[in-house]
Amino acid sequence: MAEANAGNTRKYEAEASGAMKHTESGNSPKQFYFHTEKLTVGYDGKPLIREIEMHVRRGEILTLIGPNGGGKSTILKSITRQLKTIAGTVYLENEVLHRLSGKELSQKMAVVLTERMHSELMTCEDIVATGRYPYTGTLGILTDEDRAKVREAMEMVHALDLCDRDFKAISDGQRQRIMLARAICQEPEIIILDEPTSYLDIRHKLELLSILKRLVAQNQVAVIMSLHELDLAQKVSDQVICVHGEYIDRAGTPEEVFTPEYIRQLYGITTGSYNPRFGSIELAGAAGEPEVFVIGGGGSAIPTYRRLQREGIPFATGVLHENDVDYEVAKYLASAVVTERMFEPVSGEKVQEAMKILRGCGRVINCVSAFGTMNARNEELVAEAKRLGILTVEKGYD
Amino acid sequence: MFSILLENEEMLSAGVKIEGNMKRYTFSFLILIVLTGVLFVWNVNSGSVDLSVAEICRIIFLRTGDSTAYNIIWQIRLPRILAVMILGGALSVSGFLLQTFFGNPIAGPFVLGISSGSKLVVALVMVWYLSMSKSMSSGEMIAAAFVGAMISMGFVLLVSHKVKRMSMLVICGVMIGYICSAITDFVVTFADDSNIVNLHNWSQGSFSGMTWSNVAVMAVVVGVTMVVTFFLSKPISAYQLGEVYAQNLGVNIRAFRVALILLSSVLSACVTAFAGPISFVGIAVPHLVKSLLKTAKPLLVIPACFLGGAVFCMFCDLIARTVFSPTELSISTVTALFGAPVVIYIMVKRKAG
Repeated sequence: MAEANAGNTRKYEAEASGAMKHTESGNSPKQFYFHTEKLTVGYDGKPLIREIEMHVRRGEILTLIGPNGGGKSTILKSITRQLKTIAGTVYLENEVLHRLSGKELSQKMAVVLTERMHSELMTCEDIVATGRYPYTGTLGILTDEDRAKVREAMEMVHALDLCDRDFKAISDGQRQRIMLARAICQEPEIIILDEPTSYLDIRHKLELLSILKRLVAQNQVAVIMSLHELDLAQKVSDQVICVHGEYIDRAGTPEEVFTPEYIRQLYGITTGSYNPRFGSIELAGAAGEPEVFVIGGGGSAIPTYRRLQREGIPFATGVLHENDVDYEVAKYLASAVVTERMFEPVSGEKVQEAMKILRGCGRVINCVSAFGTMNARNEELVAEAKRLGILTVEKGYD
Repeated sequence: MFSILLENEEMLSAGVKIEGNMKRYTFSFLILIVLTGVLFVWNVNSGSVDLSVAEICRIIFLRTGDSTAYNIIWQIRLPRILAVMILGGALSVSGFLLQTFFGNPIAGPFVLGISSGSKLVVALVMVWYLSMSKSMSSGEMIAAAFVGAMISMGFVLLVSHKVKRMSMLVICGVMIGYICSAITDFVVTFADDSNIVNLHNWSQGSFSGMTWSNVAVMAVVVGVTMVVTFFLSKPISAYQLGEVYAQNLGVNIRAFRVALILLSSVLSACVTAFAGPISFVGIAVPHLVKSLLKTAKPLLVIPACFLGGAVFCMFCDLIARTVFSPTELSISTVTALFGAPVVIYIMVKRKAG
């Protein structure tokens, strides 16, 4: 098995080789397992991205985000030795990546790539078993121990039922799980994944990332991956690197990176916006004088906001507290929002402001079925709309 | 409690499966060995001169008998059958290696023009030797064939860099084959020597005229190459997954690719040197063997391919020798008859070019 060198990594080495044991994750200060120093990558000697500094510890996920064609795959290919680096150094623990032998590296690093794996007459179990390659003898014959590890890995990705299925005949989601099991089976210290969730539907995306998250915590492996989905990247990553332009644009924790302004700038978003609290993308709302006034609160009005946005009708809404979930959507979609400070009852002043806008609208939609202490005065808006005969009632989420 | 039960059941089913696979592999190898034996006996037994089984046994085991019959068995039939076995096996394994290298199930020494390249260089050297009234030794033949194989291979590799589509690669190989054959025919037609008749037979592909010294040389060359190939089973299995994955598993891709090229070229050069270009064996046999074993694991496929190639070629040679006896068909005529349908089947099944 892998030899432990640095003192504080010894513990993790033991865990990685003992596999699948539950551990308390990351309380002691850990050194970086993987890092790069002034790494420059590109094709045919032509630099594409310069002076990349990446760091990842065991038990952490580092995610590369950025627009298509920005160089995420180029970086991943360079740190897996498929592509020659142009300048700089990649370190695995304290060893220089390019000095490791093929076998040494294969026992430390596993990959899940976008390239399809070729298989001929191979069951899923056979595919997973190829992960044992670095550990088998001259003729590559599996021992009982190897077989047990294959089973363990398949169990970890909930794929034991796929054992005997032909690898070519399974779905995209199943294939990615098998590929992950194969990587696990290789008993790596670091796993590199290139867009592992592409082509997967939402359920399989979640499934794959939860497995990955669990694997990272249990086996204390380091993970570097590229992701398309910003919302998932924000939720799953410990560190995020934005690949855009000639240098790494920004790096840090998701909280540092995922600000609406920055995401808009990174992806060059001109229509719509990015909501960092939900990690979601909002299309732009219709601009102009509000034609509809929506009385909302507590999440009741979100479906209505979205419908109006789809239909291209500019609308106003209020009175919303600044901590109201409706506000998180309204501020991106509505052309006018009347707000009240959080934890304060809606004041007369704000109601008057809302009333003014309401009277200019041709229609009022009330989404709130019961008013409470904090938004009691919003009922005045309902009454006014009723008086004007322009009130409709809509039911939002229950 | 229940989960423990389940786990045991799973282990049990895994055990059963491994056992089932083992049974299949054992059974497949048994079939191949039995077929080899049967065809060997059948081949010894048949020919333009009829000999009884008892007589043949006496000649082989007691080394006595009518001197004509003795010579037919010892000097003609036995070396020929052994050559057919060795070369047939070599050809199939060469095909398997090329299929692995190009990731293309219809790659083979014949369709990629490698056999024809060998043929051309051997013919040129032979004509040159004849003009100096010298004859080529087995070693020189293999060397010339190897040079020819490498030249064709070089062209194919150049093309494969430019075009990624598999069907295009094969078409280019076939074209290279045609060019080489045309030049060979040209050389053979205009070289005025009575020996050229032999050359003509050889250039069409034939197992006739094998001597014991030929057999000894090919046994050594093919034997060594086969052992090396067998011990490359593990990297070959990784390479089957695709280059990037093989590399991640620690395979030195560059060295491995060179090894594959050299091994497959040596095998097919050896075949061409002695028996001329033989079509379709290199594609059909690996496919049939994989279907029989229901696996593509090199550890099993390589030895099975060798046996399968021996069986296939013994069968085809038997037909070539006996059907229109005493006229002998060229071996490629027969291998094409049985091999080409297999190739068509593979292409139809794959659909995508």
